[in-house]
Amino acid sequence: MHVPDGFIDAPTSAVTGVVAAGALAVSLRGARRELDERTAPLAGLVAAFIFAVQMLNFPVAAGTSGHLLGGALAAILVGPYTAVLCVSVVLLMQGVLFADGGLTALGVNITDMAIVTTVVAYAVFKALLAVLPRSRRSITAASFVAALLSVPAAAVVFTLIYAIGGTTDVSIVKVATAMIGVHVLIGIGEAVITALTVAAVVAVRPDLVYGARGLRQKLRLRVNGELVDAPDAAPVPAAARTSRRTVWITGLVTSLVLAGFVSFYASADPDGLEKVAHDKGIDKKTEPHHSSDSPLADYGVKDVANARLSGGLAGVIGVGVTVVAGSAVFWAVRRRRDHDASPANTSF
Amino acid sequence: MGAGHAHKLYRHGHSAVHRLPPHTKLAAVFAFVVVVVSTPREAMWAFGVYAVLLACVAHRARVPAGFLLKRLLIEVPFVAFAVLMPFVAEGERVHVLGLSLSVNGLWGAWNVLAKGTLGVAASVLLAATTDLRELLLGLQRLKLPPLLVQIASFMIRYGDVITDEMRRMRIARESRGFEARGVRHWGVLAKSAGALFIRSYERGERVHLAMVSRGYAGSMPVIDEVTATRDQWLRALALPCSALVVCLLGWFL
Amino acid sequence: MSTALSLEVSGLAFAYPDGHQALFGVDFTVPRGERVALLGPNGAGKTTLVLHLNGILSGGTGTVTVAGLPVGKRHMAEIRQKVGIVFQDPDDQLFMPTVREDVAFGPAAAGLKGAALEERVRTALEQVGMAEFADRPPHHLSFGQRRRVAVATVLAMRPEILVLDEPSSNLDPASRRELADILRALDVTVLMVTHDLPYALELCPRALILSDGVIAADGPTGKLLSDDALMRAHRLELPFGFDPRTVTSDA
Repeated sequence: MHVPDGFIDAPTSAVTGVVAAGALAVSLRGARRELDERTAPLAGLVAAFIFAVQMLNFPVAAGTSGHLLGGALAAILVGPYTAVLCVSVVLLMQGVLFADGGLTALGVNITDMAIVTTVVAYAVFKALLAVLPRSRRSITAASFVAALLSVPAAAVVFTLIYAIGGTTDVSIVKVATAMIGVHVLIGIGEAVITALTVAAVVAVRPDLVYGARGLRQKLRLRVNGELVDAPDAAPVPAAARTSRRTVWITGLVTSLVLAGFVSFYASADPDGLEKVAHDKGIDKKTEPHHSSDSPLADYGVKDVANARLSGGLAGVIGVGVTVVAGSAVFWAVRRRRDHDASPANTSF
Repeated sequence: MGAGHAHKLYRHGHSAVHRLPPHTKLAAVFAFVVVVVSTPREAMWAFGVYAVLLACVAHRARVPAGFLLKRLLIEVPFVAFAVLMPFVAEGERVHVLGLSLSVNGLWGAWNVLAKGTLGVAASVLLAATTDLRELLLGLQRLKLPPLLVQIASFMIRYGDVITDEMRRMRIARESRGFEARGVRHWGVLAKSAGALFIRSYERGERVHLAMVSRGYAGSMPVIDEVTATRDQWLRALALPCSALVVCLLGWFL
Repeated sequence: MSTALSLEVSGLAFAYPDGHQALFGVDFTVPRGERVALLGPNGAGKTTLVLHLNGILSGGTGTVTVAGLPVGKRHMAEIRQKVGIVFQDPDDQLFMPTVREDVAFGPAAAGLKGAALEERVRTALEQVGMAEFADRPPHHLSFGQRRRVAVATVLAMRPEILVLDEPSSNLDPASRRELADILRALDVTVLMVTHDLPYALELCPRALILSDGVIAADGPTGKLLSDDALMRAHRLELPFGFDPRTVTSDA
């Protein structure tokens, strides 16, 4: 998804550049407030982690593999402010060191991949945690959905940017269907990996998971004086919580229905979709399959030959998965007690 | 991997271009790309002139053509995208060899190809003639927020350390007979990623301790300053300035 | 040797926020110019103690005094110049892009600039024999070289006391000896935290044993290492075939 120069016209690139700069300024302040003088080393190490983890191959089947984009993961692990900084720095370095993503398109790339993914992922994650019971499973499930939605959200924003400043007159519906259809598919991979990774961290160092701080604080109450379990603080805000819950649930359902609708629309209009999606599949999931002997072979995924991914199929699967994910969330919310909704839990 | 000191695209050398202060080069490349992007796509000759300008710079920097062309491979996904444009774009259509192509799409494809290629080529030239340290100093000099430069600098410093840890974890997995073959093994890989995050974060905490122990209080002491003379600025900006002339001609001719 | 004290720790007790208490009243002094080994089994509180010496950890009871200056918020910058801690993993310590900048970090943070800074960096690197590596990035050095640069980063701050956390860990025998030669040649107070008992005997005439959060023994290193009952009681073991009684230490 690294947009090159010339893809988006100059005025739009400039505007996104301003948006990115503003968001970075806000994030710098936010991160400093949270981490004070620890910001630089911690964010730097997390950026290095994101950079490294993008090189970790996740085999899919028959020699194909994908890798993590990391926006949602970063948001959940270190919070939205630090995450925006980390992913932006990774993008900046990729642009300057590897010529990956145009310099004038840096604003577009940061807005799309550093800001939208992290903010959407974190908002969804927090919203879900507000409705789900406080448990590790909820964190895994919420991470799954957050990552799942963050990738198509970035595709939606990219489509918007393209609609405003695209340099070629391709029908926006075609761009939208192709982008969103394929990115729902990519989102699933992202979601599974993110959820599994967050679960792995929560199992060992729950205190390091920014998004799970509420959970940790509650556990901490136990260590008070004579090691007596602190009573549940739940009864007091119960009323307020339920009403907030309804709001969250409504919002979630709406967004899922919307996502499902758009994807459905996508598969109903498959002519242009097929080809663009096909191409997008190459671009995104299997980026350097052409470069196995190129100088950049060690930068990114290696053993990928996923070029035959058909766009039409992608759209159809996209719809299916959105429906499945939607029902999974419904189900999870309805049966709060012992939900086992996300596929992420199955491999544990 | 490329986060090392001598990163993958860097070619050690002592040419005039190598010697230019990094911030002048960064500014020049950025200005050049902005000019290229602002050029009307109908002025096809202008893009040819830009390519010649870059070739001159490459010649001065003694960056061989083969090296430059190989590095352009990173653009391939977007070439594929550009090739599709004539088929999917709207508007009036022409028939070439029995294919129905959109005129607008053809222009769009040309636009993305030409501008994207020039952009990548300019970035590659920058990366090939400027080492990592200098890039960071240049970004700092160009008034990128110091905190961002610090984060970038830590990312570069520890990129190798962490990739190395990742490699050791893979070797440890494989030594115990594990090989990731499909989706079923994602759990194990994700656990590695989780462990890697914990190690990275904890290392960040230790680095912070080491910094604080040496008197760090939130801002990096300035140890090296890069400065540029007027002459160096003039030489660096020669590229975007000549490009600007071409661009203006493109608009008015 | 002057009678001035480089370091004075008295009644130091500390518990982590999670309730785990690591130190239970630590008392000892280190006179200026002495090299002292701090020995102790894993989990004895060695690292906790070290982090108190420059005020990274605080909030317990007791006091730490460095060259007459109490460790506390008021003198923090000064204390951190005076106490040079070399951490166990040189990769944590060397966080700047080049060796030179890394060594310059401490003095530059203290406000040193220009030629004085360059001079300080050069001297420190010469002291550890790494002057010709000044412009190399740290990750291109061998582990032993990185450890030596880590020592230089701290020496550049002209510390009152050099605190080394497991200086010999992961070093091959040659690097180990080189580091020992460097440390012996330095004219600075050293507190060396280590499991490596032969190394302690080689370098430090005096040793402290920290066990269960208190100083369990304080005396000449050779004598402590020869006391089998004491060693067993604190889970300290000499390497196979090593007999401290037959080693002539030139420390």
